[in-house]
Amino acid sequence: MSDNKKVVVYVRLKDGVLDPQGVTIHKALIQMGYTDFVSVRSGRFFELEIEGSGGDIDRKVDEVCSKLLANPVIEKYVVEKA
Amino acid sequence: MKVGVVTFPGSNCDYDSYTAVKHILKEEVEFLWHKSTDLVGSDLVILPGGFAYGDYLRAGAIARFSPIMEEVIKFAHSGGMVIGICNGFQVLTECGLLPGALMRNHHLRFSCKFVYLRVEDNRGRFTNACRKHEVLKIPIAHGEGNYFYHDDEVRELEENGQVVFRYVDRMGKVTDEANPNGSLNNIAGIVNRDGNVLGMMPHPERAVESIIGSVDGLKVFESVKAVCVQVAGTGSN
Repeated sequence: MSDNKKVVVYVRLKDGVLDPQGVTIHKALIQMGYTDFVSVRSGRFFELEIEGSGGDIDRKVDEVCSKLLANPVIEKYVVEKA
Repeated sequence: MKVGVVTFPGSNCDYDSYTAVKHILKEEVEFLWHKSTDLVGSDLVILPGGFAYGDYLRAGAIARFSPIMEEVIKFAHSGGMVIGICNGFQVLTECGLLPGALMRNHHLRFSCKFVYLRVEDNRGRFTNACRKHEVLKIPIAHGEGNYFYHDDEVRELEENGQVVFRYVDRMGKVTDEANPNGSLNNIAGIVNRDGNVLGMMPHPERAVESIIGSVDGLKVFESVKAVCVQVAGTGSN
């Protein structure tokens, strides 16, 4: 068993930011007959594995999210321990 | 005037920019490799179109961390002129030199065609060779050119005169039909607060000879050249 820390990062568009991909998927669902589906928002997730378990890992993960994985202008993120 | 054209892995309009400057504008130009940290004394740096780093993660997101970009950011902060075209515009928003973000086109398709742009402000470094509200015919070629920024911040951009190009119809009217990607307020190009950094989705370097459909893009480069000539003139006095 490795001592590496694993986290999952979910990145999604902020509320109010149009998600053309989600809208198109939603339209497809309606066309397929799933008319009770009210909306779709798309996003993506990342699995990160980090060496060790030092106290500053959370800070580093947060840094990586805001600097690279998400664009804070349009996106928000959530970090979950794997 | 000396121009540096950055080549990222995946850039594909670097040669178009190089050719426009060297053979049409007839000015000195050099390629700047993404791993280099030397802007070779450029007066203008162009971040060209393409798919830098395969557009992985988000367009421009990885490119902004290239060694050359650190120098470009310093250069811009000290007043140096930078133009980001298409993918280059995306890199500029990702690295924070320009505000806002470029999202997926609202119709989700890659759009490749000539569009009309209206020059909203002709007093700047990149538009002084144009008339105010002149309509330019310049091509676009992108899948992610949908300019987005929050309402209050867009209002500020507009008030500061930072929106320099807007998508319009042939007659110069702002319409939804003339907007090829869903950009807020039909925004096609913006400058930073100081006016020395320009980002635009349309490709001026692809509109520099009548044989390829338009010469209107040349005006952007001629504007910069006029600034350089003026600066050189002041320097020698």
